Amino acid sequence: MLGIIIGVAAVIIIMALGAGAQGLIINQVKTMGTNKIGILPGKSDSNGPPASAMGIVITTLKYEDAMALRNNPQAPRIAGVVAYNNSSENLSYQNNSYITTVRGVAGDYFMVEGGKLAEGRFLSDNEMKSLSRLVVLGDTVKQQLFGDSSPIGKQIKIKNHPFEVVGVMEKRGKVAFQDYDDLVLIPNLTMRKTILGIDYLNFIRAAVDNEKNMTETTDEVKNILRAQHGITDQTGANDDFDVRNSADALKMILIFTNALKLFLTAMASLSLLVGGIGIMNIMLVRVNERTREIGLRKAVGASNGKITLQFLIETVIITLIGGLIGLLTGILVSFLAAAIIRNLGYSWDFSVSPFSIFLALGVSAAIGLFFGLYPARKAAKMDPVEALRYE
Amino acid sequence: MLYYKNKDDKKLFSKTMLIEVKNLTREYESGELKTLALRGVSFNIEKGEFVSIMGPSGSGKSTLMHILGLLERHNEGTYKFEGHNVENLSDDELAHLRNEKIGFIFQSFNLLPRTSVLENVKLPLLYSDKKIEADERAKKVLEAVGLGHRLNYHTNQISGGEQQRVAIARALINEPSVIFADEPTGNLDSKSGTQIMEILENLNKEGNTIILVTHETHTAEYAKRIIKIKDGEIFDDIIVARRHSAKDGVILK
Repeated sequence: MLGIIIGVAAVIIIMALGAGAQGLIINQVKTMGTNKIGILPGKSDSNGPPASAMGIVITTLKYEDAMALRNNPQAPRIAGVVAYNNSSENLSYQNNSYITTVRGVAGDYFMVEGGKLAEGRFLSDNEMKSLSRLVVLGDTVKQQLFGDSSPIGKQIKIKNHPFEVVGVMEKRGKVAFQDYDDLVLIPNLTMRKTILGIDYLNFIRAAVDNEKNMTETTDEVKNILRAQHGITDQTGANDDFDVRNSADALKMILIFTNALKLFLTAMASLSLLVGGIGIMNIMLVRVNERTREIGLRKAVGASNGKITLQFLIETVIITLIGGLIGLLTGILVSFLAAAIIRNLGYSWDFSVSPFSIFLALGVSAAIGLFFGLYPARKAAKMDPVEALRYE
Repeated sequence: MLYYKNKDDKKLFSKTMLIEVKNLTREYESGELKTLALRGVSFNIEKGEFVSIMGPSGSGKSTLMHILGLLERHNEGTYKFEGHNVENLSDDELAHLRNEKIGFIFQSFNLLPRTSVLENVKLPLLYSDKKIEADERAKKVLEAVGLGHRLNYHTNQISGGEQQRVAIARALINEPSVIFADEPTGNLDSKSGTQIMEILENLNKEGNTIILVTHETHTAEYAKRIIKIKDGEIFDDIIVARRHSAKDGVILK
């Protein structure tokens, strides 16, 4: 029976955890906002990961591209655009040093990224277009370098270049798996020229005024970029950039996590199969041990059918009990897991669907019927005379 | 279940003839070896008789009992039970007949372990399709064998003699036409053994047909008639001149 318990518990847990994980990921994506368009350098299949994720450096995305998308009558639904360059650099203040993400940004930052200032001010539009050495700190970085004292007006070194702190962002936590507290923001031009020494962008992000306009706007963005890059092919086969929106991302995540859930459930079901075989063996032993009893029952008038039924019912009862225990165990474990994960700060829904309950019990009974049939038939076919003589 | 296929059968059928056996043959095959357990036996038994089938081990008496009790099928010859040829009956029909018409008592009692006396006696009713008040009937037969006070005891809590009495009660519960007893006192001491034979005697006096299978002359002589069998053949069929009775007192084996 242990095999059945473990098997059913495993299936329940995997289905619940799978649903929870899916929910978590989707929630994370949704907190980012479903109205964002991301533009990456390099062409790639929109169903697969972007080229830049595979470590290939492509230099085709330019600052002018980002600015071209801003206030462009050909893409009227764009509410804001931000150009990005990212890198991991060493920061220091007096005796403290800290390695963090440095982001060179230009454009409508708050419109696209959200967030709020805790202290000081943000970079101005002109400053973001210039080589000025000003920096806005994320909360974690501020704590690391300055502790509780105010950093405004102080000088820190980014990759050994001096920068003046003009503002601190409010603590925000993780949004769409990005830690908004463990970073600093500097003007995009400074990032490219002073820190990185490049003239291309890593990333552009745009906010669309309404979810409904996503598809239309995505096409408009592609057209504008093709014009910028001198690409005449309108099919997209020659694009040297990759435009993705959060709806696509969501779809991809769902496909991936569904496939994962299916695979894991199949694995768990295998253990159910093993449990079934175990039950069959146990029943075979039981039938053997009760040979004389079976002979007696036949002698007093039990038909083959009645003997089969008797042992089949016994098997199904065993598997149903095992399934019930497995079900309760599975629900308990899923519940505890959900509580722990919520404690860690993630939003995790604990859900056990009625479908999975029905599935667990139904499958348990089915296993009992299927694997119990052979031993039951064996019992029924026993010759009463030989059975009665059995030692 | 259809007993009489046509009215002529019913006329020919003698209401007192329980068992009619003609040229009964039973052959066992094990690999290349063929053994003849019964070689064409013939006899009749009427209702109300008390018959012993006696012979040494290997004589075929157990095989004969199994065939008469519808637990085994013969190969050649005919067997009519209550006028009906059993060769034509299916396995399920035989099971049905065993349930309603036949009661068995075995040497090793064959009670269900870890089960109460009451549940053991009720077992044949489980397979019967008649609507009977099971507990009531079971209590009655248990009282008839003197175990009315042991209803809820479990089989491992009672003595050998009591277990065999439970087996007798179980054999009686469906009001059978015949009771087969296969070495019923084989596993009992002489006192319990005599008790059991007394019960069988009384049952026969009340009109029950008893067929006793044994290898002991002494036990066999409780019956009114002895069919002697050896090497698969009947060599004698006699009325017992001086019957033993339980009332003679405890007799040493």
